Amino acid sequence: MRHLISMEDLTRDEVVRILDVAEQLLPIALRERRSVPTLRGKAVCNLFLEDSTRTRLSFDLAAKRMSAEVLNFSAKGSSVSKGESFKDTALTLNAMGVDCVVVRSHSAGAPVQLASYLDVPILNAGDGWHQHPTQALLDVFTMRRHLGDLEGRTVVIVGDILHSRVARSEVQALKLLGAEVVLVAPPTLLPPAVEGWGVRIASDLDAVLPEVDVVYLLRVQRERMRGAFFPSSREYARIWGMDERRLGLVKPDALVMHPGPMNRGVEITADVADAHQQVITEQVTNGIAVRMACLYLLLAGEGPALAGDDTEEAA
Amino acid sequence: MSEVLLRGGRVLDPASGVDGVRDVHVADGQIVAVGQDLPVGGDVEVVDCDGLWVAPGFVDVHTHLREPGFEDAEDITTGSMAGAAGGYTALCAMANTDPVCDSAAVAEMVWRRGREVALVDVFPVGSITKDMAGEELTEFGELNRSAAQVDFFSDDGKPVASSLVMRRALQYARAFDAVICNHSEDPDLTVDAQMNEGAVSSVLGLPGWPREAEEVMIARDLILAEGAGARLHVPHVTTKGGVELLRLAKSRGIRVTAEVTPHHLSITDDAVASYDPVLKVNPPVRLQEDVDALRAALADGTIDCVGTDHAPHPPELKDQEWEHAPCGMLGLETAIAVVLTDLVHPGLLDPLTAIARFTTGPASVRDVGAHGGPIAPGEAANLTVLDPARTWTVDGAALHSRARNSPFHGRELTGRPVHTLLRGRFTLRDGQVRASEEVPA
Repeated sequence: MRHLISMEDLTRDEVVRILDVAEQLLPIALRERRSVPTLRGKAVCNLFLEDSTRTRLSFDLAAKRMSAEVLNFSAKGSSVSKGESFKDTALTLNAMGVDCVVVRSHSAGAPVQLASYLDVPILNAGDGWHQHPTQALLDVFTMRRHLGDLEGRTVVIVGDILHSRVARSEVQALKLLGAEVVLVAPPTLLPPAVEGWGVRIASDLDAVLPEVDVVYLLRVQRERMRGAFFPSSREYARIWGMDERRLGLVKPDALVMHPGPMNRGVEITADVADAHQQVITEQVTNGIAVRMACLYLLLAGEGPALAGDDTEEAA
Repeated sequence: MSEVLLRGGRVLDPASGVDGVRDVHVADGQIVAVGQDLPVGGDVEVVDCDGLWVAPGFVDVHTHLREPGFEDAEDITTGSMAGAAGGYTALCAMANTDPVCDSAAVAEMVWRRGREVALVDVFPVGSITKDMAGEELTEFGELNRSAAQVDFFSDDGKPVASSLVMRRALQYARAFDAVICNHSEDPDLTVDAQMNEGAVSSVLGLPGWPREAEEVMIARDLILAEGAGARLHVPHVTTKGGVELLRLAKSRGIRVTAEVTPHHLSITDDAVASYDPVLKVNPPVRLQEDVDALRAALADGTIDCVGTDHAPHPPELKDQEWEHAPCGMLGLETAIAVVLTDLVHPGLLDPLTAIARFTTGPASVRDVGAHGGPIAPGEAANLTVLDPARTWTVDGAALHSRARNSPFHGRELTGRPVHTLLRGRFTLRDGQVRASEEVPA
C-alpha cells in the first residue's frame, strides 16, 4: 500500500489486512502504557486545511500511540490566501523530511495532487465530497466486530449521499467486503448517475428497515436546508429520520451507526441516539486503532505491528 | 517587399472550393497568381511546398490575449506569437481584460497593439454590458465606430443572466448588424460547479456542471435571437443537446453561428480523475457521446467553426487545489493539430471542410476583413502552410504563450503549421516565429 487516498485503491485482501492489524492494535488503548514503539523515529505530519477536531485528534493520538513524532499543520481554506501555494506547502513538508502526510482538505482531490508533489505516503483524512477512507474502515471494522463477516449482510445508508465523502468510501468498503448496500435519500441528495455504483436505491425507508443488518445515518448539514434540497428539517425527520417507531422495524440485533457529529432531532431522534450511543462511541475508539493500523501499514510495511513492544504480550 | 512563390502545395481554399496542387505567387502583400507551374521571375523566393497544405490564414473568434491587465498570463505579443505558430492570421481578443473592453479606448488600444506587434491582426471583442456586470449595455455604437470597428460583443465567461438585458442587447445590436455572443450557462444551475456533472463527478466528489445549464441558456438565447431578428453566436458548444438545439434553430432560419473548441472535440471528463487543474475549463469537458455529436456537427456545418477559447493562466494559479484553480486552457498552437489528429486523419472530417472551419467558418461569424480566403489574385496574402504528416509531441512549456497550461502536454499530435504569412510577410517560417521588423503605420 503506497498511499491511502481512496477506497477504490484497495483490494479486498488489503482491507482485511488493515482490519486484522487494527484488531491486534485495539487492546493497546485499554492498557496502562498506551503506546508501542513501532514507528519510533518516524515523523507524521497532520496537514489539516479544513476545520476538524475529531478526526485530527484521532490521527494525532493514533500516531502518538505508535510512537511517531507528530507535526500539526493547520490552515483554513486555500493557503494561497496567505501567500503560499498548495504546491509550496507540499514542497516545504518534503524539505522538512516528514515520513507521511495525513491530509484533510475542503478540496476534493487535494490528496491526489499532494501525492504527485511528494515522495512519501499520503493518508487521506477526508477531501471535499470525495473520500474519507479511514472513516469507512473504522465503520466496517465496528460492523465486523458485531456481526462477523460482512459477506451477504445488508447495510442501508440514509441521508445526504451527494455531499458525503463518508458515503462514497463507505459504499466501496462495504462492497469490497461483499455486503449489499441500499441507499435511501431525498432524490435531490443522491449523486448523479448513482445507479452506476452497484447499489440498490430505495425511497421508502420503512420498507427497507426490516431486512437490514446496519442502519447507517449520515449527518444532514444545515446549509443543505438553505439550499432547498428538501423543504424543512421537520419533513426530513418525518420521511428520512430514525425514530423510535422505525427502530421497531429493524431486526433486534441490527446496528444503528452515525459518523458524527449527530443532528439530534433531524436524522436521528435523541432517544434513538441515546439507545445506540454505545456503538457510536465504539466507532470513535475503533477509529484510533484503525488509523494506527493504516499508519503502520503505510510506514512500516511488513514487519510485525507490535515490533519492539516489550511491555505486554499482544492480544 | 520580396516576392514569394509557394511551389507545389495542395491548396485547400474553402471560399473558392479549390482542393488541388497549385502554385501561389505573392507580391507586395497580395496574392498575384494561383495556378499550376507558374513561371518564376528573377527576384522571387521559391518555397517548396511539396507534400504540404496551403490554406488561408486561420481565424480564431475566441482568444484571450489577457492584455490589458493580466500580462503575467499572456500579452498581445506572446499571444500573437502563439497565433502565428498555430497558423493564425486573425485573433478575436475577448473582452474580459482589466479594464474590461467596454470602451473605444480599450478596444483601440488592443487593436493598435495588434497592429504594432504585426504577427496577427487582432480584432477586439466588446463586452455586452458595462464592466461585464450583466446590467447596463456597453456603448456598442462607440466601439463600432472606433478604429477597431467592433461588431462582436460578449461578456465572455459571465453569462447575461437577465433575459431582459439579453433581449435588449440583441435588439440594440441590430443597429450595427453586430453579433451577440453569450456564454451559455444558467448560473443558478452551476453554483460551485467544478466539472461535468455525471458518473465521473459523482465518484470524484466534485460539484457537477450539468449539461442542462448550457442547453437551457442556448434555448433561451435562440428564442430571443429569433424574436429580435438579431445575430447570435454560441461560443464553445459542449453538449449533444446543444447541437440538437442549434440544428433546429438553423433549420428555422434563426441567424445563429456556433463554435466548438479543440478540447471539447477530443477530451472527456474521465481525464479529470487525475485532478490536474490544467483540465479545469468552463464549460467543462464532457462525455464521449457529446464529443461524437460535436464532431458530427462540425462536419455537417451545424457548428460553423473551431474557436480555441485560448485561455492562458500563470502556473501559480493552476498549481492549486482543483476547486481553487481558474478555468481555462491554452489552444492556439495545438488547435489545427488536434483537429487533424482526432478528426481528419481518422476520416471523420475531410481536409477542405476542416480548413473551412478555421477560415470561412469563423469569418462568417463576424467581419474580419481580408481574412479567411479566398486564395485568389488580388486578395491579401494571409496564408498558412501546414505539414499534415508532421508528428510532434506537445510540450506545454515550449509553446510561445507565456503560460503553459496546455491540456495536450505530452500528447503526440500529427500535423503542424510550417509557415504563416500575414499580408505576404512570414510570421512563421520553417516553424519559427519571426518578429516584425517593420515600423507600424
